[in-house]
Amino acid sequence: MSPEQQTGNGEPDHLLALRGFTKSFGPVQALSDVDFEVDAGEVVALVGDNGAGKSTLIKSIDGVQPPDSGQAYFEGEPVKISDPNSATKLGIATVFQDLALCDNLDVVANLYLGQEVTGDGGIPLPVINETEMEQHAGELLAELSVTTLGSVRTEVGSLSGGQRQSVAIARSLLGKPKVVLLDEPTAALGVAQTAQVLALVKRLKERGLGVVVISHNLEDVFAVADRIVVLRLGRREATFDVSKTTREEVVAAITGASAELKVQKEDK
Amino acid sequence: MESATETIDGAEQEGRLSVLTRLARGELGALRVFLTIALIWVIFQSQNDRFLSAINLTNLTLQIAAIGTISVGVVLVLLLGEIDLSVGAVSGLAAGVMSVLTVKHGWSPELAILAGLLTGAIIGFFNGFMVTFFGIPSFVVTLAGLLAWQGALLAVLGDTGTINLPPSTITDLAGKFFSAGVGYALAAIVTAATLGTGLLELRRRQKAGLGADPLAGIVIRTVIVGVASFAAVAILSSDRGIPLSALILVAFCGFFAWLTTRTRFGRHIYAVGGNAEAARRAGIPINRVRILVFTICSTMAAAGGILAASRLIAVNQASGSGDILLLAIAGPVIAGTSLFGGRGSVWSALLGAVVIGSISNGMDLLGLNSDVKYMITGGVLLAAVTVDALARRQRERVQVT
Repeated sequence: MSPEQQTGNGEPDHLLALRGFTKSFGPVQALSDVDFEVDAGEVVALVGDNGAGKSTLIKSIDGVQPPDSGQAYFEGEPVKISDPNSATKLGIATVFQDLALCDNLDVVANLYLGQEVTGDGGIPLPVINETEMEQHAGELLAELSVTTLGSVRTEVGSLSGGQRQSVAIARSLLGKPKVVLLDEPTAALGVAQTAQVLALVKRLKERGLGVVVISHNLEDVFAVADRIVVLRLGRREATFDVSKTTREEVVAAITGASAELKVQKEDK
Repeated sequence: MESATETIDGAEQEGRLSVLTRLARGELGALRVFLTIALIWVIFQSQNDRFLSAINLTNLTLQIAAIGTISVGVVLVLLLGEIDLSVGAVSGLAAGVMSVLTVKHGWSPELAILAGLLTGAIIGFFNGFMVTFFGIPSFVVTLAGLLAWQGALLAVLGDTGTINLPPSTITDLAGKFFSAGVGYALAAIVTAATLGTGLLELRRRQKAGLGADPLAGIVIRTVIVGVASFAAVAILSSDRGIPLSALILVAFCGFFAWLTTRTRFGRHIYAVGGNAEAARRAGIPINRVRILVFTICSTMAAAGGILAASRLIAVNQASGSGDILLLAIAGPVIAGTSLFGGRGSVWSALLGAVVIGSISNGMDLLGLNSDVKYMITGGVLLAAVTVDALARRQRERVQVT
């Protein structure tokens, strides 16, 4: 239960670093002493079998479910992420798996949901400034090369799954975050739509964001990630550099086959 | 690969195109209601040529003011995807509180009106609190209210049963008429405001480099609003004049239409009705939105009840009962506000009241019995809800493909 002690400036090399994250639900140890880090302009894939602790780790980063113990560092400074608001303030944005969009509102309204711009050129009117919102929405989507939408005034309910995911990801960028957490961004998407979303993830990386992707799909992971962190039974099982590993190695780490190999070797 | 500028140009063109289709779609929704009204009017006029006379249209206006006002609040609750079955009972109770305070306790009419509205607000807050805090479906909370507030009205009225209202500010609400001059001035202001806001919006969008409604659209909208308001003034002033109660209803519609489409609070109402979980995750205080909307709804019900009392010049044990509740909900639904939440407009309260009021007024004029009246009104409601359900299924089909 003793969190790893960090001295001095913590982790100056990493954008976001977690040290010794531990979380248990009653007798179930969901996370035990997990370290994790993501750098600016890096895509880290978080993989593991069901119940490996991926969601618990994500929830401890975005403040939904703070860990029992452990220390987080943001840009080298020790920080405490106790609730979703503090995560947002630091610059950590989450895109949820079950697309939190309102089908009855258009793209602009969804992008700005909960943070609508009001007033007009400094005049504090209680009226939503549709012009400014539409302008910025168009610019943001153009920067991200999300061009298949047609009009930003299209109702989100009439968009395809990939377009909806693109809107959800674009929305997370409005708060100018530094780290974006994507929970299963390609789940339930077709081939073309998956490619569209993966291309968008790459553009987030090009913008210098730290991106954490949870995925079950190793093909997608290898297509987009720089590093792969494997969780197994609440522990960090292995870390792979994508350019220097194979799918078999990663699968072995996920299923625990590599651990058994290690044990067998030690026995001999 | 397209170059960046080409892409943006393409998006802009698409934007302009979809603004047009959006306009067409929006107008089409309203057009459906206007056609329905036209059809109803033609049918009744062909059966009885007094239907479209100035005197009868003025009567119609007076008849729909109360129910339309109640419907304004109902629209907001429907937009949330909730329902309020207590609006009828609340309208009666608020009118009862007002009349008892002014007649039996000698309160000034203005203060008594405020007390009536406050009664509505408190009940609405209670409804919203029960729905959000205990998670009880609004259907159940307000169904209980439907019974309880009717009982409260009987208790407030006491032994007298009926309270007649002496001439005062209260009876003026439905009894006061403005001259043609005032009416034309108001029509001119409304028309100019339509044109002005349209042009202002156009200039802002052009300045921001966004696709905008074509000028022709603004002109057409202005002409429609202008012709409608001047014609209404001309007809009404050839009889008794412009009824204050009609102006109150239109003003309520205008204000809440602005609130729902132009402000953050209004946007949040639509968001909660569309996807409450998404709204919550976006940081919208969804419980506060819900409680506020229920509070507004019951306050508007109280306002409608006060208008009804003003027209009847009395409050009795039957105030707010009968078909008031169902008609107040049926109106907006007939005029296109979805029962499933997130879709609709405050103006559907006014248009729906015109549809229902016309049917009721026309059948009275033809001397039809209650049996036929109820069945026809029920049939119209069922048809409207069917159209809503079909539109919803259509949308879902589009999404799947």
